[in-house]
Amino acid sequence: MQNQQEIKRLENTIQDLLDEAKKQGASAAEAGLSQENGLSVTARLGDVETIEHHCDQGLGITVYFGQRKGSASTTDFSQESLKETVSAACSIARYTSEDSFAGLPEKELLATEFPDLELNHPWSISTDEAIALAIECEDAARSYHAEISNSEGASVNTHQGIRVMGNSLGFLHGYASTRHSLSCSVLAQRGDSMQRDYWYTVSRNSAALEPPVEVGKKAAERALRRLEGRSLSTRQCPVLYSAETASGLLGSLIGAISGGNLYRKSSFLLGALDTQIFPEFIHIHEQPYLRGALGSAAYDGEGVATKTRDIVSDGILRSYVLSTYSARKLSLHSTGNAGGVHNLTITPGTFDYQEMLKQINTGLLVTELMGQGVNMVNGDYSRGAAGFWVENGEIQYPVEEITIAGNLKDMFKNIIAVGNDVDYRGNIRTGSILIERMSIAGE
Amino acid sequence: MELLNLARQAILMPAGIQDGDIEKIMNRLLSSSVDAADIYFQSSHTESWVMEGGIIKEGSHNIEQGAGVRAVSGEKTGFAYSDRIELPVLLEAANNVKAIVRQGQNAQVGLVKAANWPLYYPVINPLKSLTDQQKIDLLRQVESETRQLDRRIEEVIVSLTGAHESILVANQDGSLAADVRPLVRMNVTVIVKDNSRREQGSMGGGGRSDYSYFIEQDRALEYGKEAVRQALVNLEADEAPAGNMTVVLGPGWPGILLHEAIGHGLEGDFNRKGTSAFSGRVGERVASGLCTVVDDGTLPGRRGSLSIDDEGTPAEKTVLIENGILKGYMQDKLNARLMGVKPTGNGRRESYANLPMPRMTNTYMLAGSHNPEEIIKSVKKGLYAKNFAGGQVDITSGKFVFSASEAYLIENGKITRAVKGATLIGNGPDVLSKVSMVGTDLELDSGVGTCGKDGQSVPVGVGQPTLKIDGLTVGGTSV
Repeated sequence: MQNQQEIKRLENTIQDLLDEAKKQGASAAEAGLSQENGLSVTARLGDVETIEHHCDQGLGITVYFGQRKGSASTTDFSQESLKETVSAACSIARYTSEDSFAGLPEKELLATEFPDLELNHPWSISTDEAIALAIECEDAARSYHAEISNSEGASVNTHQGIRVMGNSLGFLHGYASTRHSLSCSVLAQRGDSMQRDYWYTVSRNSAALEPPVEVGKKAAERALRRLEGRSLSTRQCPVLYSAETASGLLGSLIGAISGGNLYRKSSFLLGALDTQIFPEFIHIHEQPYLRGALGSAAYDGEGVATKTRDIVSDGILRSYVLSTYSARKLSLHSTGNAGGVHNLTITPGTFDYQEMLKQINTGLLVTELMGQGVNMVNGDYSRGAAGFWVENGEIQYPVEEITIAGNLKDMFKNIIAVGNDVDYRGNIRTGSILIERMSIAGE
Repeated sequence: MELLNLARQAILMPAGIQDGDIEKIMNRLLSSSVDAADIYFQSSHTESWVMEGGIIKEGSHNIEQGAGVRAVSGEKTGFAYSDRIELPVLLEAANNVKAIVRQGQNAQVGLVKAANWPLYYPVINPLKSLTDQQKIDLLRQVESETRQLDRRIEEVIVSLTGAHESILVANQDGSLAADVRPLVRMNVTVIVKDNSRREQGSMGGGGRSDYSYFIEQDRALEYGKEAVRQALVNLEADEAPAGNMTVVLGPGWPGILLHEAIGHGLEGDFNRKGTSAFSGRVGERVASGLCTVVDDGTLPGRRGSLSIDDEGTPAEKTVLIENGILKGYMQDKLNARLMGVKPTGNGRRESYANLPMPRMTNTYMLAGSHNPEEIIKSVKKGLYAKNFAGGQVDITSGKFVFSASEAYLIENGKITRAVKGATLIGNGPDVLSKVSMVGTDLELDSGVGTCGKDGQSVPVGVGQPTLKIDGLTVGGTSV
């Protein structure tokens, strides 16, 4: 109930901002705000290390004078500051150019239905309880094996916030959401070899978090298995991206089919709509209405209704990822993706993790990627990697200090299998992905 | 001191906070078992302008302000912050923070001004250094002159950003220090097309100055020329080789190698905790005798420079590696105290909403004795990396990676073909031991670096002379 009142109050703030913009002569305006409270505690070597109380707020407004626009934002919600923020935005709009593509979304695309997506699950955890959880998690990691030599600690984070957005077409909506996580990072040492790795669990509902002991054990296992890694000789071989690294591949896909990169002609998938970019068995869709999921939302950053839809089916690119502006630049309609995608999901295959290893037969399992090394304009891909060398479907030894390279266009086409070992911790949901052949550079 | 009054005017006066209120908050924070406490006030105004597709497409103005309060006892830290600079809010924050210290009684402190310290940039507001019309005119001029440079140019994107930030930090000893930090940045990106091939090039710069920086020495126009040059080189570039080879790094921005491979591993927090590949190695040889590396926050007007850090410690020039021997780490107050050394002016935070950590300022390698041409001439087969995109490091294993945005093959002592998509990977503690030649041509980068650590971004500088590394893994596609 308290939430409802607070949302109402913040909706009024947004309405005041929009009214003020109108008063100052803007022909249209859109505004958004967020307010968030949170607690983070970290325990290290069995004792509390930091306690952080978070309290954030911010609001932003974009005003239009015909086809000219200006934006401003502030962390100060006082009446005086709101007025100043609006006038700063209006002042900027005097200097920007007429842009025939600029403006609010088409009214008929705005969301009108707001189902409860079950995003708000406050966690009534005291600071002492959070500390106890973090210690339990770290203890499980440190006591897992004698070679766990040091720790960067375990953390418990809980955040609760409200977001409101509105525009001068009459859209005004706010909702509350929560996000909780537990993470652990430890070091393993054997002789001169020292390695660090981590594990985390995140959810909108604390009841869905992995147990602290499991998180700690996984962090320890992951650090231990990396000890005494070696480089590889330069070669070509099959590469299996673990589920947590495979999401980055799909992230590159989204980058390449995002309106901003397309209208700037800086995408390697320019003009690829309705063409085969993956093998036929690949299906990728967006699921904005999953209950309680991290990427769920009934509307995007502009108030445009999100849709459950296919982005790739039978390996064919069916749709781009567009905001209002980029859609207009491309003579298309917004796909409800201002601010990104919502629970992007690749349909899992039939193999689990062990069976995926068998599918590699001999090749590289990648569990960590480093550096940028992705060129959106031409698809060139070359990144630092660490993982494991696999022979006959069995892990042989850890590998580090190598790079893996290819071109994303070829890599997408040469996917052999997608696992059912899906990582649900992010906005991109995928199992492990096996690519037939990539270039490995090493010693 | 003038600075202190300016910061009071910018942050405290609008909020109606007096020095006596700061004393009240500090006294709430302090107890007999607190080792350190601080209150950090910040107010920043930033603006950005973007020209794209031949029009002034976007402009924004942002105001961020708030305060963070911290209490430290041993290795324990309590921290709270708020966007609202109001006495009751900050007193409550102090109560929350104090919970980290379970016993002890309140202490009393009165505010005193910190001693004077040298300033390494002018006390100016860059946002006011040009009128909005003049900012727009500058963008238009850079855009149109850049566009005319080559018929293959498809798109030119020019951005201009400026920040005017005031900070004020009160410490548990009652000292009050302040800083006013200007920061400007301009960037030009061009997309070129030849037949069906598209490539891009990008160049920018800036520093702790005002917008006149870009007009002086025609810097802004030079960024445009350089972006076009890089894009055209990339149009001709072949696939990069793969494997271990001799790598020559050009001067200036490639110093990002030092930042990633060495710099992060020498930050005090990792070393105090023993999680860095460099932990416990002070006094040991970690580089060839040709290498001397410093972190220097005192360079006038540089992007990474600080008159005082975010804990009020005056900036320093810290020798990290001298003639190949590890001399020391970069420290904030917490880690310096726990390691029994002095803070080095490296305590930095992204904003009032983040805890300070040991961070780099301007990190560079001093010049050596080799003529850069002589260095290239000495390589039979290898890679010359002239420009880089970004990099990353794993502090514990020491493995680092970074991506070349402009690179060439070296064949028989000569730079030959351009290659694209080369990623370099290596091991921080080894890489400098493989440095066999150091050039006379020390250059600092043009002022574009932003460093991320634990989710916090801060502006930094890097630099180096031409360097020859005997054996680094190059991750190209051509096997």
